Amino acid sequence: MNLLAIVDFSVVEIFAARSGWSGFFTLSTLVVTIAATIRLATPFVIASVGESVGQRSGVLNLGVDGVMLLGAFGAYYTTLETGSPWLGLAVGTGVGAVMGLVYAFITVTLHAQQGISGIGIYLFGLGMSDLLFRQLVGTPKPIGGFEGLFEFSVPETRFDVAYPDLYNHSILVYMAFLLVPAVTLLVNRTTFGMNVRAVGETPEAADSLGVSVTRTRYSTIIIANSLAGVAGAALALEKGIFIQNITNGMGFIAVALVYFGAWRPIGVMAGSLLFGLVNALVLQWKTLGIISGATAQLAEMAPAAVTIIALVVVTNRIGQPSALTQPFRRGAH
Amino acid sequence: MTEIRQRLLRNAIGPMVPLTAVLLALIIGAFMVLAFGGDPIEGYRAMFSGAFGGWDELSETTLRATPLLLVGVGICIAFRSSVINIGGEGQIIAGALLCTTIVLVLPDLPRPVLLPLALLGGAVGGAFWGWMPGMLKAYAAVNEILSTIMLNIVAGYLMQFLLLGPMKDRQSEELGDIAQTERLSENAKLPTLLEGTQFNLGIVVAVLAAIVGFVLLWRTSLGFEMRAVGGNQIAAQYAGMRVKRNIVLALTFSGMMSGLAGAVLVLSSTAHRLSVESGPSGFTQLAGFNGIVAALFGALHPLWTIPASFLFGGLLVGAFALQRAVQVATPLVVALSGLVVVFVVSSESIVTRAREWAERVSQIAKGGSSSGNEPSTPLGATDPGSPRAPDSASEPESTQTPETSSETIVT
Repeated sequence: MNLLAIVDFSVVEIFAARSGWSGFFTLSTLVVTIAATIRLATPFVIASVGESVGQRSGVLNLGVDGVMLLGAFGAYYTTLETGSPWLGLAVGTGVGAVMGLVYAFITVTLHAQQGISGIGIYLFGLGMSDLLFRQLVGTPKPIGGFEGLFEFSVPETRFDVAYPDLYNHSILVYMAFLLVPAVTLLVNRTTFGMNVRAVGETPEAADSLGVSVTRTRYSTIIIANSLAGVAGAALALEKGIFIQNITNGMGFIAVALVYFGAWRPIGVMAGSLLFGLVNALVLQWKTLGIISGATAQLAEMAPAAVTIIALVVVTNRIGQPSALTQPFRRGAH
Repeated sequence: MTEIRQRLLRNAIGPMVPLTAVLLALIIGAFMVLAFGGDPIEGYRAMFSGAFGGWDELSETTLRATPLLLVGVGICIAFRSSVINIGGEGQIIAGALLCTTIVLVLPDLPRPVLLPLALLGGAVGGAFWGWMPGMLKAYAAVNEILSTIMLNIVAGYLMQFLLLGPMKDRQSEELGDIAQTERLSENAKLPTLLEGTQFNLGIVVAVLAAIVGFVLLWRTSLGFEMRAVGGNQIAAQYAGMRVKRNIVLALTFSGMMSGLAGAVLVLSSTAHRLSVESGPSGFTQLAGFNGIVAALFGALHPLWTIPASFLFGGLLVGAFALQRAVQVATPLVVALSGLVVVFVVSSESIVTRAREWAERVSQIAKGGSSSGNEPSTPLGATDPGSPRAPDSASEPESTQTPETSSETIVT
């Protein structure tokens, strides 16, 4: 169940130097916490911002976790074979896009019930990624991911130089957070985005005005699933390894984060950061010996519990896309 | 006569759906085995004999099918009521935790008292874990898909917390952080049915639960109401049914069945203790999700879910024999089960078309009279534009295919 078991050795090393609460309230710990938060939030941001696009057009994809697993394996295997994380990222994205095409066919063309077919996609991804890993790789071999963008060897004289952890992330982290304004612009300021919103609210009206519901939903589903593939790739490249069920349910959390963030990328990002923060804090407190292994489990439960509360608040106050989970058939009215 | 023939032809399509789905998935699986350099015929033969080839294999399959059946019956109840319960995993864990707590607190009770009490504890724990998302859906408009998923996560961590903390095995303390309870009282062991095999009382409990589920859904007015609410909330409300109460009940019953599955998993485990060494999904064997597959394969009918669970449990057990025979790893079956779900769920529009075709064929046979008496698809399955209840946040669009397909088996 431990998301963090195989990452962040660097963080662990820094914490190990001190222990107890006195070790927690220091500037360097704060910096490392923020850095770890950002890094751990990255896959959530990518997956859930992508999923928000799909949901704005009225399609719920519960299979995000399965697609992430396939994307993670695709990226891992490609990088392992070629040594190029860029190629790995591309394959992860491509795997996601293909799964998106499949999911769009199932839910848009065949009008399948979205919640359950998503579970089918999840099980497929869970089994398939594990199967491919065992057949093609067997034992876990580490891969090299992306380097941090800003490696420093300058003497620690100034704050920004002394704490490169704050911004010395891989390019994936930067791309993830750039997605937030990009998707916001796409949805709110472009013709395509307007179509997406129209199709998500009243597909009949959009259809009568000549917007193709089918084409719009195919596009958004492919975008959403490609980003799920990227999220999986980011996870595998960041950890530098693939293991069975590496996502450990992150994809499901990503879907919930879309509701949490009220279908706005900025809100979705806030939710992702919350999850990242809790994960980072739990990791630190465990390393510093502030909380025991058992209590850490309780702390890790917090984001899920908070999400349930947020769902109560959000679903009552903020409208979700009216046509969410509703298949569209022309002339069904 | 033509009336009967027409009905037969129409009804024949229903049960065909799950069977075709499994067959298709197995064919795709055969190609995957081929792609990995194995012989699919040999692989499937090994799989079959590994699942059903002898008493040992059969009892292994039964052991695996028991939680699937229990969860599957719960899924039937929920999905028939148009409630998508993805929370099987969490409900299994909640049931297992309460069941284990009872056994740990009262280990010295005689078996005839302790065992029913422990099973009851499982049912209550699961029911509570299902009741919560039910209340949230009915009274706070929280989408049950999301709340059940979140409650799965909460349950997983709760179990790890309890097994590392208050419920931890004191004897194995020196061995480090092993997340497991002490060995449970022998009085709480599910008795074996046949000496020398692993057949135990669990499967009897599960089959009884399936019968209870069937009676509840189709032989009681409560079940009728639940299915009516699942079909069309607005109509049910007009008919004076208490929609919210029925939603809560559907999820509670559903959770109860999964909770029983959790109790059976604990009480029939070989180590006879609750252990979470391989993570929460290691304990549940993913039965919370696989139960959905079994239920869909059983056309969302509690009684059909019995053979469906056996077959699906057999696939999961036989996967190990397949792995030994042709060196294709066991997760193959997990991937195939995902395909089964996808095929069953996406067959609706295909089935609708096939039904129309069957209709036309029988009309021609009859002499081409007009089809004025075609009953509409039950429960508004083909009516995506049906008005949504104001309080349901993303209401799943009724129970679609399996609903349509198996209604015919029942009535």
